[in-house]
Amino acid sequence: MARVETCGSRLLRRLRFPIDQSIMIKAILIFNNHGKPRLSKFYEHYNEDTEQQIIRETFHLVSKRDENVCNFLEGGMLIGGSENRLIYRHYATLYFVFCVDSSESELGILDLIQVFVETLDKCFENVCELDLIFHVDKVHNILAEMVMGGMVLETNMNEIIIQVDAQNKMEKSETFIFQSPRQDR
Amino acid sequence: MSDVVEKTLSALPSLLSLDSQAGPGKLSSSSKLGNLIKGITELTSKHEEEKLIKKELASLKEQVASPNTTMRQMKEIMVRAIYCEMLGYQASFSYIHAIKLAQQGSVLEKRVGYLAVSLFLKETDEFLLLLVNTVLKDLQSTNLIEVCMALTVVSQMFPKDMIPAILPVVEEKLTHPKEIIRRKAVLALYKFYLIAPNQVQHIHSKFRKALCDKDPGVMTASLHIYLQLIKESPESYKDLTGSMVTILRQVVGGKLPLDFNYHSVPAPWLQIQLLRILAYLGKEDQGTSEVMYDVLEESLRRAEMNHNITYAILYECVKTIYTVHPKSQLLEKAAECIGNFVLSPKINLKYLGLKALTYVVQQDANLALPHQITIIECLDHSDVIIKRETLELLFRITNAQNVTVIVEKMLEFLRLTSDDYSTIDLVGKVAELAEKYAPDNVWFIQTMNSVFSLGGDVMQPDIPNNFLRLLAEGVDSVEDRQLRLFAVDSYVSLLQGETAKLPQRFLQVISWVLGEYSYLREEDSDPGSVMRLLARLLDQRHTSTETRSWVLGAMTKLCSSPVSVALARDVCERYSGSLNTVLRQRAQELMILSQDTKLRASVLPAEGRLESLEVDSSLSFLDGYVSEALAAGAAPYKSPHQRQEELVQEKALSLEPYGLSLPVSLSSCSITDRLTDRQSPTLLSMSSGLSGNSTELSHKEGSTALKLDGVKRVWGKDGYLAQQQSAGETPIPQVELPSPLLSPQSPPSQTQKPSSGPEPDQEKRQLASSLFVGLGSHNSVCLMGRAEPAPRHFRRKPRGESSSGASEGSSDSSHSSRSAAVDNLLLSNLLDTTTVASEGGAATTTLQQTSQRTLDHTTSNGSPHVEGTEQRVEAGGPLSLIRGNGMVAVVPPTHTRTDPQTQPDLHPAPALERPRDLPLTSHLPAELSGLARSELTTLCSDHDPSLALSACRVYKEDALVLLVFISNNTDSTLHQMALQLTCKELEISCISGSPLKEVKGHSVSVCLHTVVMKRASVQVELAGLLSYQRPLGQPQAAQFSLSLSLKHFLRPLTVSTGDYGKMWLSFSHDLKQNLRLVTTEHQEPLTATLDALKGKLHLHIVDVIGSEGIVACRLLQGQGQGQPCLLHCRVHADSLAVWLRSPVPELPDSLLYHCQKALTET
Repeated sequence: MARVETCGSRLLRRLRFPIDQSIMIKAILIFNNHGKPRLSKFYEHYNEDTEQQIIRETFHLVSKRDENVCNFLEGGMLIGGSENRLIYRHYATLYFVFCVDSSESELGILDLIQVFVETLDKCFENVCELDLIFHVDKVHNILAEMVMGGMVLETNMNEIIIQVDAQNKMEKSETFIFQSPRQDR
Repeated sequence: MSDVVEKTLSALPSLLSLDSQAGPGKLSSSSKLGNLIKGITELTSKHEEEKLIKKELASLKEQVASPNTTMRQMKEIMVRAIYCEMLGYQASFSYIHAIKLAQQGSVLEKRVGYLAVSLFLKETDEFLLLLVNTVLKDLQSTNLIEVCMALTVVSQMFPKDMIPAILPVVEEKLTHPKEIIRRKAVLALYKFYLIAPNQVQHIHSKFRKALCDKDPGVMTASLHIYLQLIKESPESYKDLTGSMVTILRQVVGGKLPLDFNYHSVPAPWLQIQLLRILAYLGKEDQGTSEVMYDVLEESLRRAEMNHNITYAILYECVKTIYTVHPKSQLLEKAAECIGNFVLSPKINLKYLGLKALTYVVQQDANLALPHQITIIECLDHSDVIIKRETLELLFRITNAQNVTVIVEKMLEFLRLTSDDYSTIDLVGKVAELAEKYAPDNVWFIQTMNSVFSLGGDVMQPDIPNNFLRLLAEGVDSVEDRQLRLFAVDSYVSLLQGETAKLPQRFLQVISWVLGEYSYLREEDSDPGSVMRLLARLLDQRHTSTETRSWVLGAMTKLCSSPVSVALARDVCERYSGSLNTVLRQRAQELMILSQDTKLRASVLPAEGRLESLEVDSSLSFLDGYVSEALAAGAAPYKSPHQRQEELVQEKALSLEPYGLSLPVSLSSCSITDRLTDRQSPTLLSMSSGLSGNSTELSHKEGSTALKLDGVKRVWGKDGYLAQQQSAGETPIPQVELPSPLLSPQSPPSQTQKPSSGPEPDQEKRQLASSLFVGLGSHNSVCLMGRAEPAPRHFRRKPRGESSSGASEGSSDSSHSSRSAAVDNLLLSNLLDTTTVASEGGAATTTLQQTSQRTLDHTTSNGSPHVEGTEQRVEAGGPLSLIRGNGMVAVVPPTHTRTDPQTQPDLHPAPALERPRDLPLTSHLPAELSGLARSELTTLCSDHDPSLALSACRVYKEDALVLLVFISNNTDSTLHQMALQLTCKELEISCISGSPLKEVKGHSVSVCLHTVVMKRASVQVELAGLLSYQRPLGQPQAAQFSLSLSLKHFLRPLTVSTGDYGKMWLSFSHDLKQNLRLVTTEHQEPLTATLDALKGKLHLHIVDVIGSEGIVACRLLQGQGQGQPCLLHCRVHADSLAVWLRSPVPELPDSLLYHCQKALTET
């Protein structure tokens, strides 16, 4: 009978999570010190309301952490739980939060955030919050070269920059064709 | 570098205020996005923001609708829409334009279009279908950037059904000359594997190629796939161990190009990934583990530099070492590593150290000993996460001796925390520990009181449920009485105090306990005191309606004395006019029962609490009514959940063709056809109105009023409770996982215990000794996990102990249970079924059950095993012998096979064949020899002694193959042979190539025919005519007949529950009938019955949930797959209500006949 029970609960679980937890990164969130989202990318399906709730809850959890505590959190009711873990870094005005599968290497992800920020810094030449606001699409493109469908694609900053540059080059030529002398990089 | 970032980021506020002049080129404030953002930053309230964004969205909507908007402007609009969506405002009008942009824009605009699509749309969105063609086109583009974009969007989301459309193109990309494309293609395929594993089954070999790709990046990407595949079935990929070890060795050895270094560590993320794969491969497999010891050691050694990322590798390495088959030398090093982590001043490392310890103490609790002082320090750490992790660690090392201290620490934490997640988690743990290790009643009740008041209304509902069950279980022994009495006393005193702060759940528990056990307060001089307390509770404003109904329920049980009756009447008057129907109902009950003592005594007998009441939660007694109503044209019942789904579905695009002609009763359900995966069989039966989940729902809603009153809970956390009680006659031993540390490794440095740490103060040392008591050397025998001399399992109170003689019985049972535990250990090792451990009972029973499981396992696993079983079953089934005169005699099976343990094994083929069959079966064609077949049947051997005819059925997946063996026992050759089989119900085709012409002397010829049914019928007669001619003789003919039954044409139909649901609704011919339940000693009646049916009729059990099971089979009919038939079985009282459905009218009838027959024979 125990078998029957596990069968039932397995069924329930299947109903609740259409895709199982084999996606390592569930979501990447960036928000500022006031909880204003600057970037949100979900690799698992949630509906819009839940996404907003997740952003709010994550901010609530992360913002009350002191500076000298660990960078790992578990406990979001929506996205945390025992299955997932929040790994975050705080840079001046911005929080970078990765929500990952709990089997993921915490320190590995922590350094991945660092790579991400360093790449942003290289691409935007001293990145600041405004870059993220005004160039949301570019940030997304950089992220897409790094994480694809929730999987880490590339961890090497130089490689990421090469890919992004290749795309930007094309952008430049196109803007030129369209005779718009905007000073985009 | 991060300093630079921080500097620039901190300069941000000033930048913002400077608006237009800030950041050369960065702030294109003249742009519309700039204006929008500027507008938002100037706002002060959420309300204003909402207004502004609404305005913005309205203007965007206008612009996108305008025909004059260029693609370039559209791109700008999309960026603004993305911004609005990110803030949580829906811009659904722009979705279609995002798709259009991706379709028609130039590369740059396309990129924004794709980005917007991937941010706006979800996997399930129908809009995505519009994107398929675009993606396909871009995948085939010569522009690499377009290909990359398409692959990226595919890996983010793609409609499952459309995968076949682009799969070949993506597959092709695996051989693309550009490394980045190959890499992205691998990840896209991985995504396909996740959402539709069957569709990429054929390209597993290509994954292997990707693993061997010359570019390390592609190889890294393919590891994502392998991690997942190996996690799912490590057995199938053991051969990769060598490759993985080699790769890791090369990476660790710095063989990769320097580009892959990160802070001069070679490809750290790759190393982590590989280590994780190795852990899965080496788990519980000594041979495989031995291959990797060297490289693990090397990883440990190399990763000794001081950077964050090396710690990440070290941590992964330690985890792998503790997961694979243990090697003492490595374990020592790993333990040392953990020690360094725990002691590290870096807080992240400390956290990981604690986590690692939590992981390893489950194998060897002694590993925590050297770190006692650190652990105690962590208990008071300023970081709550560290604190919580420490409590988690303590939870793992709790035993009967340290339970009070550890629970106290947990409660302390609980009192301070305000975070729901920690509360729910910890409250559950405290309740578990309290039930397992409580030293005495007083402590137990007090702890549970804290649990209830701290856990409040957020805790898991099974905590109060378990608690109440625990109180209710057990006989009225002195001990139980004491426990209950103490609970009652403590609750009375709680209610006398301030009750406003007590959570509702707690109040409900209190009222139930008071209602049931107040009579135990013998010394109570004032009979109405409890009643008065309850009445006071009822009057308080903060008491919720649900709690009130619990209170009224309790009062109903208590109103025996005149004082109480008066009180009750008072209460009734007030609540019989309540607007809440439940309260009104309860008040009415109370009113009537309080006035009629006799009635009350019969409804709520004082001794009847433990009697089990049968609850028909499926409301099957309404079946007749429901079918009448349905026949009269009523709409089938739908659960609220289902209705909700349909609402959602109705809003979406309909992809169904029109004009599905379904019978009236089903037409309104047709929409649920599309609820593929979400359709559960429970929902199915609900749609028919047969088994409502209304009862389940109310269970969920915190067990509404009086649900527990006298009603035995049948389901609990640990499964079926009634069974558990009967199986749990003996205390069930705590079966620990077999420790890999059973090797003679001594507990590391226990000598450290008193002296470690720089003079820890007295208090800490004292705490340490109380926390870590029971972990020391005195129980080194018990290396595995928690060692408790006499754990007091509160929960599993032996029920029949007192009746079977106290001391003798208990010593006996502990003995037998120990042996059972040993068996369990062995078995759980073999089978990886953790459930075995919970069965308990005598060792033999466990064995039997396990063997049954093995069978289940193998049969459900795949076709090769199924064939094995079929063969076995067939041999047991009735076999028809044809006598010379053509009479058919059905010989009952020689031995029925109800008991799984009587079955010899899974491959009984050689044993089944009588020696005289051997020569004949050796004529079996090779391609059929592996398949299940029946025994040989002799056909008309006495017609002509020189000629023997025998037949044999072989069960092929797509047909029944009938073999006729013609043995010529004379020296002369038979000529002009011709075999003709006729039957109007069957479709027969000869497959033995050219029809045989002659059979030489003393030889055997075989004729093969495939047979399928034209239409379903219970049994068919096959007429055969063999004509032949002996040399120099007249043409002769031998007639025979052979009966074939429907079950020979049945094959299991392997479908998922979701597909089953879809099919169920689309089939129109149905039939309902009650069948006999098979009862065996070791199985649930339902499982036993289904297994019996499965064995005899080759059915496939799709799913079993609670008292319902769904089964599917197909009938070989015509060409192709055949006709499906679905069975929905539900246990109702002591019969099995079976509901069959099929697209073919005759099939349910015939199948039901065979089901009946199969069950009567069992």
